[in-house]
Amino acid sequence: MITQKMTIKNPQGLHMRPAGVFAKEMGKFECSVFIKYKNNRVNAKSLLNIIAACIKCGSEIDIECDGSDEQEAMAKAIELVESGFNE
Amino acid sequence: MLKGIGVSNEMGMGKAVIIKEEQPIYEKHTVSNTSDEVKRFEQAVDKFIEKTNVLAERISKSAGEKEAEILRGHILMIQDVFMADEIKKQIENGECAEAALENVCDSFIGILSVAEDELTQQRVTDICDLKKRMLKILLNIEETDISTLPENTVLCINELTPSMTAGIDAKNIAGIITEIGGTTSHSAILAKALEIPAVLSVKDATSLIKNGDTVIVDGTKGEVIVSPSENEQAEYKTKKENHLKEKSELQKYIGLETKTADGHKLELVCNIGNPKDADKALQCDGEGIGLFRTEFLFMSRLQAPTEEEQFEAYKSVAIKMNGKPVIIRTLDVGGDKDIPYLNLPKEENPFLGYRAVRYCLGNKQLYMAQLKALLRASAFGNIKIMIPMVTCIEEVRAVKALISDIKKQLDNDGIAYNKDIQVGVMIETPSASLIADILAKEVDFFSIGTNDLTQYTMVVDRGNADVSYLYSVFNPSVLRSVQHIIKCAKNENIFVGMCGEAAADKMLIPLLISFGLDEFSVSATSVLTTRKSISSWTKQSADEVAQKAMQLTTADEVIAYLKQTAR
Repeated sequence: MITQKMTIKNPQGLHMRPAGVFAKEMGKFECSVFIKYKNNRVNAKSLLNIIAACIKCGSEIDIECDGSDEQEAMAKAIELVESGFNE
Repeated sequence: MLKGIGVSNEMGMGKAVIIKEEQPIYEKHTVSNTSDEVKRFEQAVDKFIEKTNVLAERISKSAGEKEAEILRGHILMIQDVFMADEIKKQIENGECAEAALENVCDSFIGILSVAEDELTQQRVTDICDLKKRMLKILLNIEETDISTLPENTVLCINELTPSMTAGIDAKNIAGIITEIGGTTSHSAILAKALEIPAVLSVKDATSLIKNGDTVIVDGTKGEVIVSPSENEQAEYKTKKENHLKEKSELQKYIGLETKTADGHKLELVCNIGNPKDADKALQCDGEGIGLFRTEFLFMSRLQAPTEEEQFEAYKSVAIKMNGKPVIIRTLDVGGDKDIPYLNLPKEENPFLGYRAVRYCLGNKQLYMAQLKALLRASAFGNIKIMIPMVTCIEEVRAVKALISDIKKQLDNDGIAYNKDIQVGVMIETPSASLIADILAKEVDFFSIGTNDLTQYTMVVDRGNADVSYLYSVFNPSVLRSVQHIIKCAKNENIFVGMCGEAAADKMLIPLLISFGLDEFSVSATSVLTTRKSISSWTKQSADEVAQKAMQLTTADEVIAYLKQTAR
């Protein structure tokens, strides 16, 4: 299992569209992906779980990937968050 | 010919489209063949996605990509792994697909509605929408979609709800006919704003009229002609032409002062429901705002707006109107206007119950936030505060005491506001009318609300078709009340306006001029017709009409007489 700290940069935070993109991309990987934010640990493959976590711009999150393709999944997660979901 | 209530001063002809909305009702049952049920659910999801994609495509063309994104979000939600897994799990435990969907959606609604930020809360509306549409697919109920009606449609529906009207494409609608709703309903307000011919409260319209029937909708008279003869069609065409000619003639009155034929200057202002309407008021040459209903700020959301949010809204209108008067009515909740998060108790007679200023004085924190926002906004324009539904002087004193407390707070904090802000009352109850002389000594202005005044004076539910024949401002009792209110205001030298639709009624205008009304507050689309009508009367000619009209003994006699004299 690997984890990585990241800061959400896009102005809307992890809302509808960005959360949708994130969940969809993460869904393509075999490994499990979780976002840890405040006291919650939510399934990053579920749009609704991400939305319910209310992750705003500037929030610090931990991403946790566990499985055979965890390296690739993490690389993709970093790319998405760093690019600010092209907002 | 069918009769109803004509609400917009327009007429149109087109083909009827009957809309019957079915509610998704199902009976909860236990499923034994769960894999078939899962399949049924999956097929419904596929159908949902297909339909939503089509809808999103269309909306992206008509209303823009942003609107389409919202619908595409619904697809993401229904495809959500967590959502799908939970629903399937419940089906495998024996729930039927409908119940499983509803349970899972409701649990998300529960989680999201307690979220602190507004964006997350907005998703609740999305899930509710998704749930309803999915249930309809599962139950094979056609969706109520009025956004894609063919050109030249006369829309025939039991009732137009606010959510349905959001999707309406005005250019395809030749007319609206509803079975429910009066001159003050949502349907009426929408029809007027979009200048769509509309006749409301037509009994059994959706069964008497058939899909595809040619229908003439005459909103000027409240008449519907189904399958008109050639003669009737020809007659309609000439009438419509004349009507359009008259409309273009009205353009001459743009930019003119509002005064009587003998030069007596009057104020002609607009009723608005949100800050955006202020633009329309200015476009239509309104001279200010006579009634700004603040309920919109409180509706379609999960908690009350903050003082800051309200301040921004009031301030924006004050700035737009640039020194022109802006009368803002404090929260008028209750009666037929429910706001779920305020937890108004269910009442036997909501119109006689805990509403408007009564509620506000019982919920001081909420009310203080609004009053403070209003006072702060008064630094940016000519804002006046109006208290709705007053029935006794104690209510006025209580509100004024709150205002003076807030003024002290603002002084201490060094925040700017208009120290001489005017505070007035809406006169819309028989009680307020009877004590108008007492009220006039304690307030800066009156505004007569004819809708409620008529309803309470005649003791008639204005939405009830069986008694709506009694609902008329032309009843001698209502006219006497109006005359009395204006006289009391004049005796104390305070300003008196009228903010019900009656202020724009050509038949009533001579009476209002004669009684001495200072301000006419009408919908933006009625500004020019009202100005034209006012300018055709001298004080003397209006007095003569008023004298005769006030001697008549029934509403019908008054109407028959004023119809002849209307200008």
